[in-house]
This record gives sequence, structure tokens and C-alpha cells, in this order.
Amino acid sequence: MNSQAHTAITPATLTHLQRLEAESIHIMREVVANAENPVMLYSVGKDSACMLHLARKAFHPSSPPFPLLHVDTTWKFRAMYHLRDRAATAAGMDLIVHHNPEAMAQGINPFDHGSLHTDMWKTEGLKQALTKYNFDVAFGGARRDEEKSRAKERIFSFRSANHRWDPKNQRPELWKLFNTRKARDESIRVFPLSNWTELDIWQYIHLENIEIVPLYFSEPRPVVERDGLLIMVDDDRFPLRDGEVPQMRSVRFRTLGCYPLTGAVESNARTLPEVIQEMLLTTTSERQGRAIDKDQAASMEKKKQEGYF
Amino acid sequence: MTAQDPVYVTDALIAQDIDAYLVKHQHKTMLRFITCGSVDDGKSTLIGRLLYDSKMIFEDQLASLEYDSKVSGTQGGEIDFALLVDGLAAEREQGITIDVAYRFFATDKRKFIVADTPGHEQYTRNMVTGASTADLAVILIDARQGVLTQTRRHSYLVNLLGIRNVVLAVNKMDLVDYSAERFYEIVSDYSHFAKQIGMDSFLPIPISGLKGDNIVSKSPEMPWYQGPTLLGHLEDAPISDMAMQDRPFRMAVQWVNRPHLDFRGFSGQISAGTVHPGDPVRVLPSGKTTTVKSIVTFDGDLTQAVAGQSVTLTFADEIDCSRGDVITRADAPCEVADQFEATLVWMSESDMLPGRPYLLKIGTQTVSATITEPKFEVNVNTMEHLASKTLGLNAIGVVNISTDRPVPFEAYGDNPDLGGFILIDRMTNATIAAGMLHFALRRSQNIHWQVTDVNRDAHAAQKNQRAKVVWFTGLSGSGKSTIANIVERKLHAMGKHTFLLDGDNVRHGLNRDLGFTDADRVENIRRVGEVARLMSDAGLIVLTAFISPFRSERRMVRDMMASGEFIEVYVDTPLEVAEQRDVKGLYRKARLGQLKNFTGIDSPYEAPEQAELVVNTAALSAEDAADRVIEAILRSQA
Repeated sequence: MNSQAHTAITPATLTHLQRLEAESIHIMREVVANAENPVMLYSVGKDSACMLHLARKAFHPSSPPFPLLHVDTTWKFRAMYHLRDRAATAAGMDLIVHHNPEAMAQGINPFDHGSLHTDMWKTEGLKQALTKYNFDVAFGGARRDEEKSRAKERIFSFRSANHRWDPKNQRPELWKLFNTRKARDESIRVFPLSNWTELDIWQYIHLENIEIVPLYFSEPRPVVERDGLLIMVDDDRFPLRDGEVPQMRSVRFRTLGCYPLTGAVESNARTLPEVIQEMLLTTTSERQGRAIDKDQAASMEKKKQEGYF
Repeated sequence: MTAQDPVYVTDALIAQDIDAYLVKHQHKTMLRFITCGSVDDGKSTLIGRLLYDSKMIFEDQLASLEYDSKVSGTQGGEIDFALLVDGLAAEREQGITIDVAYRFFATDKRKFIVADTPGHEQYTRNMVTGASTADLAVILIDARQGVLTQTRRHSYLVNLLGIRNVVLAVNKMDLVDYSAERFYEIVSDYSHFAKQIGMDSFLPIPISGLKGDNIVSKSPEMPWYQGPTLLGHLEDAPISDMAMQDRPFRMAVQWVNRPHLDFRGFSGQISAGTVHPGDPVRVLPSGKTTTVKSIVTFDGDLTQAVAGQSVTLTFADEIDCSRGDVITRADAPCEVADQFEATLVWMSESDMLPGRPYLLKIGTQTVSATITEPKFEVNVNTMEHLASKTLGLNAIGVVNISTDRPVPFEAYGDNPDLGGFILIDRMTNATIAAGMLHFALRRSQNIHWQVTDVNRDAHAAQKNQRAKVVWFTGLSGSGKSTIANIVERKLHAMGKHTFLLDGDNVRHGLNRDLGFTDADRVENIRRVGEVARLMSDAGLIVLTAFISPFRSERRMVRDMMASGEFIEVYVDTPLEVAEQRDVKGLYRKARLGQLKNFTGIDSPYEAPEQAELVVNTAALSAEDAADRVIEAILRSQA
């Protein structure tokens, strides 16, 4: 918390955000004390921004002693690339950007290849990068409140040599005692934000003044309407259909990913408090903007078992 | 739908003045609680109801919930709240939850994290896991059923984990006509039982999770109940971290922060008390003292930090301090010991093996530890103490634990951060048990190592040799004793001072009280290891010939010896060959079922992965094998 927050409340009552912050810091330090070659997965979204901020707090005055890894698809919003490079520099951390060379060679894109786009760029790309750099622990920004199957995932989640997750064979996590031991070829995904909710993240970003991608704030942007989603035309690779003309509309994004797969919402929220206000008054859940979840009820769980983060 | 007005949604401030709302909500506290009950007690329905009433459910989720309720709900088309907290696909198919799940909701006053644990045979493990981080427990009872065996079990575990704030939620009051008489009857039964297990107090609340009675607002059906609603109580109940602030300062060091030569900080999460710059502190186990120079954070130095916060401390003096050490108030340090009494909750499919070295993680330190046979096992249904030689999955027992290093600790009841521990299997790396330290055994504090003037090096030097332990391992009939015998004869002829410890011979005397169960095999090897160590201290070249089938125990003995002193010789003979030889006729007996736990037949042999020497007796004669061993010994003497 900033010093203002400290003086504003009596020390005997840690707020929920202070407790969450202390827990996340504790988790990150346990990893660094035990791992051989940790990395932080950085997707440039608000959760990543929050996680990076917590890492800077955990190791201050040192820089976080691990690199950031962005598993890129080349289809992110341009504004995300801008913030990504700046944030890594500000934290004094190395940034590794990985592109799946096969996806690159085959020109895999969200327009022509459907779910193959996510499979190859993200799921396969992540596995490739972890193997290539020999990372044994990877921090991820997933939260338990995002989706039902996540509610049961551990903070320290073990992956077999081929990066699979076995929900039936998880280690019990007691107290603050994380068992970080693993076999040589296994790896661990660690989720320091497990106990944060979407509202906690927003409040923390507000309180700590953390920079996030401007796409979270409403602004007139060129969009087309497709399959019930408002898709922003972020660059000239976007293949417009016959008669389709991008409309300028006041929109913002509640979640960020590949721009052709991420639905915008119409909104007038231009400031962080307004975004939070809208979120609190809203009636649909965060994941609705993501095309990936629509397949079937247990889709996230299937993807996770296959290695999708 | 029988939903009442969701009280916590329509905070007018959100729409009117979001900034004021945010300021208000930044000062919320957080309570973690666990709900205990089995499938039929309505646990999932209650949690679903809390999420629903605190408006943690969005319209799209509600739409799919309404749909799911019609398809697979158990409430005849009405909203089935239980479906909200259902999770993994496999569970959905089986219709049960199989693990601990964490749910989140918030009111104006607090954020809540609920640990939801299922009610089937894995219950003890899951519930102990969920309860370990809880400030409060909600124990659910079906008003029609009253206090059942499982209620006792839940309550015992809640009490064991040190949760002092217990709510007895008497659920399904709608199904007993909201009867006050029934409610008080259950409360009276439960009081009697609570006293038996040493539970100081609990708060009974009559509720209906399905209908929403006394969850968020007072039930009009039960005017006779004057106490708080469930959510009302959850909002006001005390939080564990706060109670820890009144105790003396404790912080386990997680990580030493050294960005450059001029800064050396000690990072950790404060587990008790408060700390200020200038406070005298003591570092354990070394006992060295210094004062706190500064409390460093990203947001600037602090003038005070309290239990629950993660900080970095710097010291006025350069004293040794590293991960695993505990920083304490100088005049009120915690205890340091290497032998303890503790309660263990066994969480692994493989039984506990007394004497086997396990890893023990406590605070930020991981040490090697061995466990004695249980003093007793607790029957979690009846609270009876039972005699037992081991602990199986979900068993709870009281044991003595001995660690290979002194460990700073506090009794679990005083400080869970410094009294709670996990045990880890060295081979599989699985978390196999959770434990709670009671107290240090006095004997470890009063017996000190006697330093003698003629030390081990002097003993060996006088004999013009280096002490060694040559450990032969292999199947029965592999040729261990034969080879070891030749080796000793030849070394003796060379003027070396040796001694051969043979498996069969030792079992006639020192270990004659031991049989051939896994647990006894472990103890057998432990004793032989200790004897071998004493003999190597005397400067001897010790040869041992034991099947010693488990990697863990061979590793234990290796760890007892000085580095380079232990030579593991794997006498590698295929089972068929050993069985064909059958010098003592034991394989035949084992095959006939007359000999139980025989290695290679009905008890496993774990071959060494990194033996110093492997001799294959199918390819080598015993003489040749012995020569190879002697070469290795002489090489190590150079």
C-alpha cells in the first residue's frame, strides 16, 4: 500500500487488499528462494499489470530476479505492445517475446484457423518457450474467481514433463507452506493472484496507480459487429466482409487478448472509477467477451489439461 | 424462485458517487472460513445462496444456472444453488465434489474466501487443508438428522486445526417446521459433545440455505431466534491475524535481499507481533542479537509493521542470517529444539514408516526428520485413542519427531506459522502429511554432544588408513555376504583395520526384536547405520552386507556419514539367478507363501540409481567382484 493508505488506517486492521498483497508477495518470494530458473508470464492485461507490480514490491530494492515472458500471437492490440516494452523497462526486467515458429511459418491467424489459432500460438507457443529456456517455474496471473474449474486449482500447480495438468493428482496446500519440490523434468505454474477477484484487481490498480493499457477505458474506436461481438479493427490485416464498414463507437474492453477475438462493450467509462462503477453495475461476467469459452461447459478445463494457461 | 431482495447489490453509492464507494471499500477486511458438512447437509446450496445473495452471480451465469437447474437440478425446476459451486467435469459426471474449492464474495464490510470441501472418504485430508487457512468454521447440521458421527468428525478436525470461531448452522429448518424445540435439542446435544473435545464456545444459528432464512436477513419464520444472521456474524467475527499482533515479534526469513554490496535485507511475512526501527531482535537458531535498522518497502520505509505484512528488514550489525532463520524480539525469543511431540494427519496412500527420513517443512525451513511409531492413533469418529504401529491415509495420530538440525518453533496453538508443518516424501516429492507441533521433548535440550579429545581423524590416522563405510546392497542370495567376506579377508591381509557387519548376524543380537515388515526394515537399517557410523568414528573400514531394499534408508545412512566416506556397492544379480541359487532355501519358502514380505517376491527392491560401484555377479566371479571392490576402497584411501 502507499504510505497514505498506511497512515489512514490503524495498523491493527489490515485491509483485504493489504492481506492479498502480503500473500502474493509471500508466494513470489517462496518461488524465488526455491526455483532454479523462474519466469513471469506477462500478457499485458490488467492482471499481468497487477502481478508485475506485486513482483516489484516483493523484491524491492532489488529488481524482480526473473525475466518476463510474453507468448505472443502477433495479433494483440497495438496498444498492448506499446505498454509491454515500457513496463518491462520500468521494472528493470528482461523481456522475452516468443513466437511459435510453426504458427509463424503457416501463417496461423484468428480469421482462417479458428481454435487452431489459440492452440498453436498460445498453448503450443507457451510449451515451446518453457522448454526452450528451461524455465522450471512460471508465474501466471490466473484467478480462482474467473471460472468454475479454476476454483479448485492450487496456487502451486504441477505440470508433467509434457506440460499436462492432472486435476486428480494435486498436492494439498496447507497454511502458507508450499511444497516446491519437483522432479527434474517437471515444471510448476504458480498463481500468486489466486485469491484475488476481479473487483480486488481493479481496486488495487486504482489505489496503487498502476498503468494499464488504455483499451480498458472508453474512447471512440473503429468496430464491426460480428456474431454478436463488437470487434475492433486495429490494423489493416482485418479482412472486412462485403459491405462491412467499421463504425466509430465509444467502446472499451473488459478483457484483452487477440484483437480479432476480443469483444468490446459500448461504454462511456473513461476513468478508472467509472470503469469500476460500470463493472459493479454490469450484469454479465468478464469471460463473456472471450470467444474461447463458448464451445462447451467444461471447455476451460479441457484446455487447461492440454496445457493452455 | 424464492429469493429475497439481494441486500448487498443495490449499494446506491455505486451509481451516485463511485469515488466515495471506492474509499469505503478500500477499508474492508477479509475473513477466510470453511464450511463443513456432507453432501446431504446442504453445504453447496448454502454457499451458492451466499454468492447469490451477495450478488456475485452475473446475469449470464444466472441464465445458465436456471437452464442447468431445469436439466440436472435437484430442486424440481427451481434454482439449484448447489450447481453454482460445482466444478470439474469429472465431478459433474459423478455428482460429487472431490477436492477443496475456494469461492469468493463480498459485502460492504468484508471480503470472504470460503473453502468448500467435499464429504466423502477423502474428507479428512481435504478438510484439514481447507481449515488450515480458515479464521472461522461453519459446521452444518441437517435439522432432521441432528448431531451425527460426521458432525463429530468435522468438529474434532476444526478444533484440532485451532479454529476458535465456530458456527453451528442448523440447516433445513424449513423441513422441521422452523421448530424452536428441535433447534434447542440439537444445540444441547452438540454442547455436550463440544465440551468433550475441548471446544470452548460455538454460536448456533438456525437457517435454511434453500429458502434463505437467517442467511442475510432475519427469518420471519423464526421470531424465537434473537441472535445474528449467518452473514451478520461472518461480518463481525474476529480475524486470526489481528489476534497474532498482540504476541511477541516473529518473522521467518524467506529470502535475503542483496541488490548490491551496500544493502542486505531480510524478507519475510511477519507471523506475530509488531516491529519498529530500533527494536532489539534475536536471530534463531544462532541466538545472535542486533537491532532493526529499517523496515524497507517499495512504498518507502515504514515506522511500524505488523503481523500479516510482507516486509524487508535491515539490521544495524552484520550478523549471519539466512533463509529458514527466525527473527524474534530479543527478550522474548521462541524455542529451538530438534525433538518434538506432534499430531500428524497422514495424507498419502503409502503408510507412514517410522524411522524413514522424510523432509519436514516448517516456516521457511526444510529439514530432514524421522518419526517414531505413533503413541496412539485417534479414531476421528469416536475420539478414542487406539494403539497403532503406523498411520494410513486420513489417519490422525500423535508421534515423536526428530530433526537433523535444531528448528526454531512455537506450539501450533500459539502460532500456526511456526508450529504447523508438512512432511514431504524424498522420492516422489509428494506432500504426505500435515502436522502440528505440541512441545519440544526435554531430552533433546539436555543431552549435548560430548566433544572428545581423540577425534575420528586421530583414530584413523593411528591405523594409517581412512575410515570408510562400504555398503553392499542387493537381493537375498545375490552374493553380498560372500563378496564382503572375501573383501575383508584381503584387506585384513593388507594390514587394514576392518569390521564386517552382516545382516543375519546383526539380527541375532542388536536387531533381534525386529521383523520383516517395511517399518521394521527401516529401523533395522537405521540401527546398522548408527553402528557403522560409530565404527567409522573409531577409524575402521566398515563393510556391511544387508539387502537394504529401500533407497530412502540407504540415502539416510549416506547422509549420516562424512562426504566421500560412504561407498555404495550394488551387487546386481537378476532375481532369476538369485532365486536359482537359493542358498538358504528362502525363495522356495517365499514362493510357497511360508515366508511373508520377502524382497523380490512380495516386497519391493529399489535398485540404486547412483551407486559408487556396481558388480554383476552373473558375469563376475565372487573373487573378481571382491577385487573390484578393493580397488575402489584403495582408490579412496589415496
